[in-house]
Amino acid sequence: MRKSTGREKMWWAIITVFVLVYALFPVASIFATSFKAPSDLTSGEFLPNGWTTENYEQILVGSAQDLFLSSLWNSIGISLIATAIAVVLATLCAYAIARLDFPGKKLVLTTALAVSIFPVISIVTPLFNVWRTIGLYDTWLGLIIPYLSLTLPISIWTLTAFFKQIPWELEQAAQVDGATTWQAFRKAIVPLAAPGVFTTAIIAFFIAWNDFVYGISLTSTEAARPVPAALAFFTGASQFQAPTGAISAAAIIVTIPIVLLVLLFQRQIVSGLTQGAVKG
Amino acid sequence: MAAITLKNIVKKYGDGFPAVNDVSIDIADGEFVILVGPSGCGKSTLLRMIVGLEDITSGDLMIDGERVNEKAPKDRNLAMVFQNYALYPHLTVFENIAFPLRLGKGKGNEEEIKRLVQEAAKTLELTDHLDRKPANLSGGQRQRVAMGRAIVRKADAFLFDEPLSNLDAKLRGQMRSEISQMQRRLGTTSVYVTHDQTEAMTLGDRVAVLKKGELQQIASPRELYEQPVNLFVAGFIGSPSMNFLPATIDGNVIRTSLGDIEIPEEKAAKAHGRDVVLVGVRPEFFEDASLVEDHKLGHGSKFTAELTHTEWLGNEQYGYIHFDPAPEVRELLNNLARDMDADELRPQVVVTLDASSRIRGGRAAELWLDTRKLHLFDAETGENLTRDAEEGARLTEEANAERADEMEAARNETRTAS
Repeated sequence: MRKSTGREKMWWAIITVFVLVYALFPVASIFATSFKAPSDLTSGEFLPNGWTTENYEQILVGSAQDLFLSSLWNSIGISLIATAIAVVLATLCAYAIARLDFPGKKLVLTTALAVSIFPVISIVTPLFNVWRTIGLYDTWLGLIIPYLSLTLPISIWTLTAFFKQIPWELEQAAQVDGATTWQAFRKAIVPLAAPGVFTTAIIAFFIAWNDFVYGISLTSTEAARPVPAALAFFTGASQFQAPTGAISAAAIIVTIPIVLLVLLFQRQIVSGLTQGAVKG
Repeated sequence: MAAITLKNIVKKYGDGFPAVNDVSIDIADGEFVILVGPSGCGKSTLLRMIVGLEDITSGDLMIDGERVNEKAPKDRNLAMVFQNYALYPHLTVFENIAFPLRLGKGKGNEEEIKRLVQEAAKTLELTDHLDRKPANLSGGQRQRVAMGRAIVRKADAFLFDEPLSNLDAKLRGQMRSEISQMQRRLGTTSVYVTHDQTEAMTLGDRVAVLKKGELQQIASPRELYEQPVNLFVAGFIGSPSMNFLPATIDGNVIRTSLGDIEIPEEKAAKAHGRDVVLVGVRPEFFEDASLVEDHKLGHGSKFTAELTHTEWLGNEQYGYIHFDPAPEVRELLNNLARDMDADELRPQVVVTLDASSRIRGGRAAELWLDTRKLHLFDAETGENLTRDAEEGARLTEEANAERADEMEAARNETRTAS
């Protein structure tokens, strides 16, 4: 690779700063707002005049506790289950697509793609009616199923791409080295496939975690309402008070697991995402 | 240590196309056999059938007299070096080499494994790299790790699937001699697949030439070179390859487009009754007539031809003579070229001249041809009419004796060293 010149470096720096500011300013703003007292909300200043943890208290131990904590529990549970199912199914599917030759391979991939580009908003109303009739409305399962329609296609595609570039010859090499079929799979293939499966799991989890449309349309009570939807139901201390502070605090709290996940596994995610492009 | 016997091995794929067709080879214990041929000739398939990664459609594969057709790869106790090394990227060099030792019931204890790996690493000069991951190694080092994995487990035979084709030319030469020395030292039966004829000729005790799934000839490199059974083997072995000239026979004289050449009577007799034959002449059978010593002149005949151009290489030079073949002969030559995986065979004759020769392109020159060594081929079947089977057998016998000698010497050396 050729060395970039000083001028190029400067341009890259400028672009990077611009993108960072553009992407992170709203987060910083929400972060600052979450520490503002209710009287401070309309001050028009970026930083709070006096830092207060009032908003956090409200949602974690105060009046909004029931609403927030139950929805947090719903979000975690539903997202994890949806992710687990999506990854298991997608792994099996991608393995078959990458390794076996069978008619309809293309069809599976195209269908998956078609499902993923289908606008969510257009199926939410019929789904609402169906769910109500068959009793899935406002249940965990009622959200897990539509979440699978979001997470499965992307999981199938990422894993197929990933599995296609695993050197399957290693399996044969291991067999010649004296391994049984199962040993060859476990010792030579699983360690290589694990990062890909892992990356897919994280991406699927993000998608489920961030969903709003299904969350708000297919739930009505604390029985299944996930956090993004619950935020809309926060109320201020009185009806004349906007719940902005509490919403900001909740938004920050639900962002934390995502940030942590990314920070912890950024190496795996990056290598997982670039595997197809760069051959080892 | 093991002898491997292939008896009428056939491999048919789903569409009924035989990738390997009725191949029988006897590989003696400790022998180094090369499978060579143009791409698609079934050589890799054959190797993969020996190791057990491909099913055998029909025929028998015996290792030490025992039929192993249905045995799983792990039960055949063979080691294989793959073309792209097939190293486990998530394991260190040490663990890569130790991998076979950690499998199965006969798991050694940790100390034993360590000792064996260290020993193998020492032989392959990998001791300093044992803690590194394969991704951080050079091509040659990866190649050695792959070989380490093979030698560490005392396999009955080594199988190589074009192990050097991913290396650059210089490294290839070096690894070639390393493989050869290692094989002699360990005395392990080896089967080696390649499309590179330099590797085939230098490494093999015997070389099996395959074409379209069929065994053409298996013999020592010298026999293949000097007594090929047919047009294909003759053209495939040797670089620059053998020249094929269409000729008609008239008594002891063959009439070619280069002129009339007198050949020994016994050769001409073998082509008796055929109108057209193909004369196979290796480039080095030619010489600048003015540089041939008098006592040799009588073994060949002289003719005059015009060279289009010459290439001086330092130790020798190549001259090129253009000729215009009849259309049907041109067709034959093109088919031959296709079989050999080459581009269209140019209707030209390559001659090797002494480096001091002053013959240059564009002028008529007097050349001498050693007619003792040329071969006559049937123009239709490609069969070699002048092959001396006895001489060929003698050459292969000679090679076998040499191999026994070399192995004895290598063993003595190891004994003295240890």
